[in-house]
Amino acid sequence: MSDGLLKLELHDLHLALGARMVPFAGYDMPVQYPAGVLKEHLHTRAAAGLFDVSHMGQVILRPRKSPTDLALGFEELVPVDALDLPVGRQRYGFFTDAKGGILDDLMFANRGDHLFVVVNAAGKAEDIAHMKANLAAVAEVIPVTDRALLALQGPLAETVLARLVPKAAQMRFMDMAFLDWNGVQLWVSRSGYTGEDGYEISVPNGEARALAETLLQAPEVWPVGLGARDSLRLEAGLCLYGHDIDRTTTPIAANLAWAIPKARRMGGERAGGFPGAARILNELAAGPERLRVGLRPDGRAPMREGTELYAGSELIGQVTSGGFGPSVAAPIAMAYVTAANARIGLQLEAELRGKRLPVTVCPLPFHPTSYKR
Amino acid sequence: MKYTKDHEWLRVEGELVVVGITEHAATQLGDVVFVELPEVETMVAEGDEVVVIESVKAASDILAPVDGEIVAVNEALVDNPALVNEDPTGAAWFFKMKIDDLSVLDDFMDEDEYEDLIG
Repeated sequence: MSDGLLKLELHDLHLALGARMVPFAGYDMPVQYPAGVLKEHLHTRAAAGLFDVSHMGQVILRPRKSPTDLALGFEELVPVDALDLPVGRQRYGFFTDAKGGILDDLMFANRGDHLFVVVNAAGKAEDIAHMKANLAAVAEVIPVTDRALLALQGPLAETVLARLVPKAAQMRFMDMAFLDWNGVQLWVSRSGYTGEDGYEISVPNGEARALAETLLQAPEVWPVGLGARDSLRLEAGLCLYGHDIDRTTTPIAANLAWAIPKARRMGGERAGGFPGAARILNELAAGPERLRVGLRPDGRAPMREGTELYAGSELIGQVTSGGFGPSVAAPIAMAYVTAANARIGLQLEAELRGKRLPVTVCPLPFHPTSYKR
Repeated sequence: MKYTKDHEWLRVEGELVVVGITEHAATQLGDVVFVELPEVETMVAEGDEVVVIESVKAASDILAPVDGEIVAVNEALVDNPALVNEDPTGAAWFFKMKIDDLSVLDDFMDEDEYEDLIG
């Protein structure tokens, strides 16, 4: 390719659908279709949106010894409970580093005789190298490069997908299943990045277009691009790696302590034993110095990443993700502020174009989530 | 109508110049969610940032096409920024300026030249 961007399997379909393409994580990707970001966002929350997320990294970890050894090895990289993850279930986690920062966030699922991991696109090469370097004794690390990944999200996602694969309707949030669609094996999890009910569907590259087109034939389904993907996840209070979380943020400061189960905390059966554990578990006990919070600008002006936050004359934080929330019809932002200022209802000021404008600390998510628990 | 290379249109209305952005610019911006207008009676110089426009994803601005005084702003855009996408060359005018010499507008592109620019 002349511009050096990687092409998605469904590249031609996106063009045929009238997508505006932009570079993202080294791929040429649809940021919006003719409907536009606002309408795509609202449609996803009202009906169903289909997202091509094939840029993300799908990885199989196949045990070299026992599944238990693999789970324990994985736990040395991620502060989660992989050992008691039932077959057919998925959890959220993150690779940490020696300083307690986050290397990437991910989903991992127990598929019986192996673990299935999905990582972000930007870090997938490093993540794969990280797993290979550290799991070599217990796992074969197998990047899956012959499958596309689609996300079908929205209140009507179940109705739509169940027409193709009826068993999808029986899945709960964070279930993972192999479902047969006309002889094609789909890997389906009931999860997503929008705050809505929905599914993430891995499909062989050769069948990806057929599946996407079949789903798009449903009157409920619109194609949705990265622009709306970002506004949807922001409204849901979800972190975007490289913005809300990175190597400088501990999971505790990031308000992701909920993902670290009791078993890995101080006093737990397998306390610590992951990179940065001392710092992370100390912070969990003593409280972090800063915390990720939600913010509602009092006015109409969006406040974007990098906007500085003040309590009186003191600089106390910075916006890490910000924009406009179509479903809340207002500007919204996530920011790190000093712990003392991480109080719901507290009014702070943001510096925007040379002026100090009021913002209020608010709970996350900005828009209620609808996971099918 | 005249056009600037920054995708603004200019229309003479009596002694005033009305300024907005073209349909091309509005489409490129995407769905507009916020507009910040200048104060009336502000003196501006050519190239000054006078309006902030934000889409869902990004901020943009409108620059003063010539020196002059802002004498009117379109308050309708404050409550209804989507108007920029709905009617960029009509109801979604941004501001009106009083300028010394209307003949400076001769230097700007006409419709054909603008169509060539956007290709």
